[in-house]
Amino acid sequence: MATVEDRQFRVEPFPGGTPGNQRLVEEGRLPDYDVVGTRPIRHDGTDKVTGRARYGADIKLSGLLQGYVLRSPHAHARIVSIDTSRAAEVPGVHAVCTNADMPSADHRAGDLGEGMVDWYHLNQNVLANDKVLYTGHAVAAVAADSVHIAEEAARLIEVEYEVLPPVLDVREARGADAPVLNDDVRTDRQPAGETGDTPTNVAKHFHYEKGDVDAGFAAAELVIEREFTTETVHQGYIEPHTATAFWSPDGKITVWTSTQGSFMIRMQVAELLDVAISKVKVVPMEIGGGFGGKIAVYLQPVAAVLSRLSGRPVKLNMDRSNVFDATGPTPGSYMKVKIGVDAEGKITAGEAELLFEAGAFPGSPINPGCMCVFACYDVPNGRIDGYDICVNKPRSNAYRAPGSTHVALATETIVDEICEAQGICPVEFRLKNAVKEGDERVDGVTYPPVGMWETIKAVELSDHWQSPLEGPNRGRGIASGFWFNFGGNSVVAATVNEDGTVSLIEGSTDIGGTRASVAMQLAEILGIAAEDVTPTVVDTDSIGHTDVTGGSRTCHATGLAAIKAAEDIQAQLRQRAAMLWDVESEQVEYGDGATLTGPEGKTISFQEISGKLTQTGGPVVGRGSVNADKHGGAFGTHIADVEVDPDTGKVQVLRYTVVQDVGTAIHPSYVEGQMQGGAAQGIGWALNEEYHYGDDGRLHNASFLDYRIPTCYDLPDIETIIVEVPNPGHPFGVRGVGEVPIVPPPAAMANAIFRATGVRMRSLPMSPPKMLHELLASDG
Amino acid sequence: MRDFEYEAPMSLDDAVALLSGNPAAAKPLAGGTDLIDHIRTRRLEPDLVVDVKKIPDLNVLELGDDGLRLGAAVPCYRIYGDPQIAAAYSAVADSCRIIGGTQIQSRASVGGNLCNSGPAADSTPSLIALAARVVIAGPGGRREVAAEDFCTGPGQNVLESGELVVEIVFPARPAVGGSHYRRFIPRNEMDIAVVGVGAAVELDESGQSFVSARIALAAVAPTPLYVEAAGAALAGQPVSDEAIAAAAAAAREAATPIDDMRGTVEFRKHISGVLTERVIREAVARARGEETGYRIGQ
Ligand SMILES: Cc1cc2nc3c(=O)[nH]c(=O)nc-3n(C[C@H](O)[C@H](O)[C@H](O)COP(=O)(O)OP(=O)(O)OC[C@H]3O[C@@H](n4cnc5c(N)ncnc54)[C@H](O)[C@@H]3O)c2cc1C
Repeated sequence: MATVEDRQFRVEPFPGGTPGNQRLVEEGRLPDYDVVGTRPIRHDGTDKVTGRARYGADIKLSGLLQGYVLRSPHAHARIVSIDTSRAAEVPGVHAVCTNADMPSADHRAGDLGEGMVDWYHLNQNVLANDKVLYTGHAVAAVAADSVHIAEEAARLIEVEYEVLPPVLDVREARGADAPVLNDDVRTDRQPAGETGDTPTNVAKHFHYEKGDVDAGFAAAELVIEREFTTETVHQGYIEPHTATAFWSPDGKITVWTSTQGSFMIRMQVAELLDVAISKVKVVPMEIGGGFGGKIAVYLQPVAAVLSRLSGRPVKLNMDRSNVFDATGPTPGSYMKVKIGVDAEGKITAGEAELLFEAGAFPGSPINPGCMCVFACYDVPNGRIDGYDICVNKPRSNAYRAPGSTHVALATETIVDEICEAQGICPVEFRLKNAVKEGDERVDGVTYPPVGMWETIKAVELSDHWQSPLEGPNRGRGIASGFWFNFGGNSVVAATVNEDGTVSLIEGSTDIGGTRASVAMQLAEILGIAAEDVTPTVVDTDSIGHTDVTGGSRTCHATGLAAIKAAEDIQAQLRQRAAMLWDVESEQVEYGDGATLTGPEGKTISFQEISGKLTQTGGPVVGRGSVNADKHGGAFGTHIADVEVDPDTGKVQVLRYTVVQDVGTAIHPSYVEGQMQGGAAQGIGWALNEEYHYGDDGRLHNASFLDYRIPTCYDLPDIETIIVEVPNPGHPFGVRGVGEVPIVPPPAAMANAIFRATGVRMRSLPMSPPKMLHELLASDG
Repeated sequence: MRDFEYEAPMSLDDAVALLSGNPAAAKPLAGGTDLIDHIRTRRLEPDLVVDVKKIPDLNVLELGDDGLRLGAAVPCYRIYGDPQIAAAYSAVADSCRIIGGTQIQSRASVGGNLCNSGPAADSTPSLIALAARVVIAGPGGRREVAAEDFCTGPGQNVLESGELVVEIVFPARPAVGGSHYRRFIPRNEMDIAVVGVGAAVELDESGQSFVSARIALAAVAPTPLYVEAAGAALAGQPVSDEAIAAAAAAAREAATPIDDMRGTVEFRKHISGVLTERVIREAVARARGEETGYRIGQ
């Protein structure tokens, strides 16, 4: 068999895209599909562009009350007492609740699909019990005839606090003298399975080791060790959190909300309110972005409790400052990483110490951080220690490839320094060290076929890499990144209509165009047009358990369910044709062009047989239910060109290309959209995004004015190169797309900035004041 | 949001009467782009909001031989939308083009920007550079103050209870004059000034020497800052790198910024100098009628 190095590749425009949308093609190997790889208009497009689509806050019900949540002004305090009596007396107020109105919870773990949760801690995060642990921590809630009355009444709730010193930095928080946030937290050491015996902020310690690390460093010609810091950043979805709930007198709870996972909301509401899951129906509304932040509950159980107390449906909306203050950003971090290479630039060893902010309660993505830190390279000897550390900030939650962006900043910066020191081209270094099928990661996982090498090859062949960057204060950097992706549970049901179309129902909420990409997979199998499938996302009473739209799993796993449903339809239609022709169903084939063929040249089209279903045994419903476990991991490599104003430290992105192995692009436009969107968020994280805290632990920039996500003026047209190394675990080869593209940008930007200025930035964000400070220092 | 009463008087006298009848609890409303937000966040808690947009005196926008009259409630878009005004008083037009986006500019006024008296207000340095005077009406009659004397602290100004700003008046522009305002922001648009600089220069007929100059800074002191020394460094000097560097040094020297999340002391002082140089060069180019390099968002 030819080795990967002998294969012939080219980069060319991806059909149907703009000039910046390209793909890597291997000579003699082009995928051959009818629907997959085309760009039909999304089924939900018209509603979205005409404003008709109904998002969470659009729900209106008769008798609806509006709620308001009272939040902590302190970063760390003990709640001495809460007196709600004055609020309850305000005319127009129908209910007031605190944590005391929820059932008490125990220490048990729940799996939300993109992270674990302890029910006891989630209960306290939803409404504080005896302590508040961050500014904005919910303390009480009011339901009233209008949100203004609710707000005025909430101000009459008297909360007596005993203010405690806050701790905001991971290194301080793990120190012996640090104030301890949760007196029930003990260090959980994995994989050893040991538990500490004293209260601490260090909730978890992960340790991974492979090979002989000391020997590996001893064999190195060059060893570089560096420290890095990143700040807390938020997903910045446009739609704030919202929940409306009605607790019916018969004990049934209905929740209307925008979420990444309606079944996860159902589970959390049921657990926290101590009712059976069958008593809870979650109706997912359209969602204005989530990126990992709309999985955990915040408002939903509170709205339900207020509804129980008032007997009326209750709506709770967050405003933007609530979203920043009190939802789940991704952690700030401190990282120390060391890499050794031999004289030929082959990595001999790697070592990492990673400290991630958990926020108020345990649960940072430290474990994925550990698993990703050396994931792109063949590291023969490695040691990784990762710590999940509680600090007085909101409880962190998933954000696109949780943990991987942090660690890529460290590893990819050091790789760039190695290239600089050894005079190796960064592309060549990566081609030489890239992981391939069969390589073992430091945490012990062995790779299936993966496309890291191919993404670098695409960089090498790209117009961007081959175009020289000229002019003063300009530089080009590249960086790579990895994400696991995920499979999990998905269910699809598909009904064949008499007119030859299919109605598809699914439980996956659609954030990035998955109605289209799931429908297209069913259409490909059946041989019909994507437009002849009508996908609908339904509530939790109407379809089987479906995991979150997260972990880049939906196109892969719900797509698999759609494929299974299509195959089920094919099998049933073969029986119907057999019945019509009076033959055995084994004698009927479902062939190309959506045509069934039988003995003696008998044929009938999908369209025709669809009209005959009621005469042949009733409507046909196909079903697909999967627990997918063969999601292939995926890699991306980005190229950034920047110009740095030497007098102000401001960084301008001149050109940017995202190269990513997606397995197979079902709907290339949405794949490119994910690649561009992830890069945009990563560039924002690189340059300006950060939570600013005062020494008292108060968040100072809970608004989009001072929390600076990039605007359209700050980004060039982001170019894309889709690489398609099919995932053997999916019939079309889908790997998942959404998360990888946020991983490389901060490192790619830092490497580009170094080449523009000679200054290495090892602390995010690389904002103008920090950049200028380094520039002035480097001038002497 | 808290309840409040709303009045929209049609005359200046009625407005003054309403404001002086409730001196502690009444607030004028022009575009409302600051006021409504401040009520929402409870920074201000007025019981009465007096909409001043219907008063003719506050909607004057007149360019004459002796200068420009700008009514306090005139929204930004009318200012940069008038080509003659935008050319003669280009610093104010520069400010109006970057205050918020299109929606904000169709409501927000220069008067509101001034009366809100934020240290980072984008139009106030332009008013100071262009030697504007602020016309105030109140129960005690009319008075005028220089733009640089109007603000007294963050969110504070010389207005006494019951007073409001009627208009801002600018002297006529010199034959060879140019002005410019720009700000430093971390992004390229939709942001708040980390440092802002407004400058107006008058050149001699040849365009080779400064006759006079006025320079003002935003966001580097508790109030918008008039830097007389920067203008003095230019007056009578040939247009040269040295003279401009001296003015920039004076600006850097005058800046007394604080460390906050938007910028450090080191950063703001440095940028005060850098922007002052860039702004003077642009104002000179405009005075000379040269093609200039300035684009919004750079
Ligand atoms: C999205 C957004 C973006 C913004 N961007 C910028 C920006 O880039 N740069 C910038 O400088 N500002 C910006 N602002 C702030 C604001 O828009 C400006 O300060 C604007 O000029 C205020 O004018 P207004 O007419 O809306 O004032 P208002 O909100 O009506 O009033 C502001 C204050 O002045 C008082 N007041 C108004 N008129 C009078 C009067 N005639 N006499 C006495 N007191 C009076 C009011 O009582 C109030 O206290 C932004 C605001 C928003 C919401």
